[in-house]
Order: sequence, then C-alpha cells, then structure tokens
Amino acid sequence: MSTLQVSVYRYNAETDSAPYMQDFEIDTHGRDLMVLNILQMLKAKDSTLVFRASCREGVCGSDGMNMNGKNGLACVTPLSEVVKNNKLVLRPLPGLPVMRDLVVDMALFYKQYERIQPYLQNENPAPAIERLQSPEERDKLDGLYECILCACCSTSCPSFWWNPDKFVGPAGLLWAYRFMADSRDTATRDRLAEIDDPFSVFRCRGIMNCVNVCPKGLNPTRAIGKIRELLMANAT
Amino acid sequence: MVTNITNLGRSGVSDWLIQRVTAIVLALYTVFIVAYMLFHPELDYATWSALFQRTWMRIFTLLAFLSIAAHAWSGLWIISTDYIKHAYARLGVQTFIIVALFVFVVWGVQVLWGA
Ligand code: SF4
Ligand code: SF4
Ligand code: FES
Repeated sequence: MSTLQVSVYRYNAETDSAPYMQDFEIDTHGRDLMVLNILQMLKAKDSTLVFRASCREGVCGSDGMNMNGKNGLACVTPLSEVVKNNKLVLRPLPGLPVMRDLVVDMALFYKQYERIQPYLQNENPAPAIERLQSPEERDKLDGLYECILCACCSTSCPSFWWNPDKFVGPAGLLWAYRFMADSRDTATRDRLAEIDDPFSVFRCRGIMNCVNVCPKGLNPTRAIGKIRELLMANAT
Repeated sequence: MVTNITNLGRSGVSDWLIQRVTAIVLALYTVFIVAYMLFHPELDYATWSALFQRTWMRIFTLLAFLSIAAHAWSGLWIISTDYIKHAYARLGVQTFIIVALFVFVVWGVQVLWGA
C-alpha cells in the first residue's frame, strides 16, 4: 500500500471559529518523499491550504512545523523518519499564535532574538583591513553560527511556552553565546547584564527538548550552560 | 532585562546559586541523619535528645531549616510564576508561601531550643 493518510491542522482566523483537522489520502507511489513534497501535493488538491517554505533544502528555516508530534523542517524530513502506521499528522509549531493553517506568528520569537543584540559589537577602532581571528578562535563559533532561526527548538521548549515574553528561549540564547564566544566582540559584559534576571536564562530547566529537535544538530543546552558559567564567573 | 521584585535574590544567578548551595546543605543533613540512625539502631529518647543539646547540631539543624525555607521559596516562586498567570492570584499564593515558611522556621527554632 502506498496510500498515505495525512491529517492537517486547518484554521483561518477570519472564517473559522475553531481549528479542525482535515484528512487527505495521498498516493506516494512507494517513494520516500520529504514531508514538504506531501504538502505541495496537498496544496494541489486544496489550494486554500497555507504553509511557509522557500529553499526546500534546510537552509532558510521557513518550514518548521510539528510532524507526528515532533518539530522539524518539512523539506528535509523524509517520510520514513516520521510516518508511523502509514499516518502523518501535521500541525503548526506549538506555543505560538496560529495565523492560518501551518503559519504561526513569530513576533515573540523575533522579539527575544532582537533582545540579545545579534550583531558584532566592538568598541575598538576598526583596523585598516579587517579584524583578524586565529583559527582556534574561529573554531569556538562552530556549533553556534549554523543556526537558521527556524524556531523548532524554542517552540518545543516548555519554558518558552509558559513565558515567551520573558525567557529568551534556546534559539536566542544560542545566538547570545555565539557573540559572547566571538573574539572580535567586546560587549560580553553588557550582554550578560541584559539577561542576568530570573527569567531570561535561568528559566531553562535543561530538559533538552531543544537539542532533540534541532534540524541542524546544534546544542542550545550546552550554550546555555556556558552562559551560566560566564554569569557565575562575573558575579562571584 | 526582565525586572522582578518577589524572587529571593536580586538576580537570576543569585537565585540559581542559592538553590544549589541549599540543596547541598540539605543533602548533607539528610545523609547525616540517615547515617546517625543506622549507627544507632536502638535509638532512645536520651541519645536523641543529647544529640540535639549539642551546639554544632543545633547550628547544623538551623542551617538545614533555613536552607529548606530558601530552597522551597525559590522553587515555589518559579512554579507560581510559570503557572499562575493572574497577578493578584500569584501575589496571594506567594504571600501564603512566605508566611507558611516563616511560621515553620520560627516553630523549628522553638522546638530546637525548647525541650
Ligand atoms: S538552534 Fe536549531 S532548532 Fe533552534 S532555531 Fe537554530 S537551527 Fe532551528
Ligand atoms: S534545555 Fe532549556 S532551552 Fe532547551 S528545551 Fe529544555 S528548558 Fe528549553
Ligand atoms: S524550505 Fe527552507 S528550510 Fe525548509
């Protein structure tokens, strides 16, 4: 049997009073397609279905969604990885307001990203050509700079669900540490001061939901631990 | 910076540190009491009472009481801010917890120095 049962979350704030699940049957001809391919086939059947996608190769971070209960990027998630008993359930990323179908409002997520000042700050005058970095210093950024801000991690984090307005969340904290770890950035103290409250960093309970879902294989929990170490070293 | 006035320390890092240090104190106290009971299988009132007559034991116990209060406060404060979204309800619960912990500490001191 190559017919896949697909159930998709549907909601249109303008016309629906409540969200509902719409069921489809899709013939995959036995191929191990990506979930995004399935969505495109659904869209051909029902053009009112709305979802985000762009690069279709795990680079832009647009198509983060919840597939059979786990967050991930639809474009790089093969059916064989998520489908159980021939059934695929697609929902929007949890914890953020749904705008329509699989499209969520990411404003809170970006607000937290903005708060950590995600850009290089250096108080020294710029040298004639460029700020040099040794290969060892550059290595410290590995596992940090690759984040594509897909929000799969933050929207699988219970601490972010409860306090998305106060807890920076794994994605934002990974970025915060990416700049603290950069030898060319001189603003570490200010960065730490901005998040040294009981919510911004310390709401992380270390349950690693973020690590479990990151499609780029990154480890926000480790970065959060490093920030905590820096805060401790600064405060004692 | 998210500002808060009801948490225990004045910053996230102080709350975090207090929670860890008090946890260590409580772990040591628990290990001590369990070990003491294992080494005194026939424990009677006189031995038990003599133990708590000693100044170091009273200090250790008082430290454990204060640690319980601080540890419970920081933990319950976190839970209340996670789950109670209504500000006045949260303040009410937090006040109740503080008063209860205060009563327990004073009561504990009375027991410790009484008898
Ligand atoms: S850390 Fe991973 S899951 Fe989180 S936003 Fe970045 S790429 Fe996505
Ligand atoms: S480890 Fe921290 S940031 Fe990651 S999911 Fe758990 S609580 Fe959230
Ligand atoms: S479409 Fe760009 S990451 Fe999936």
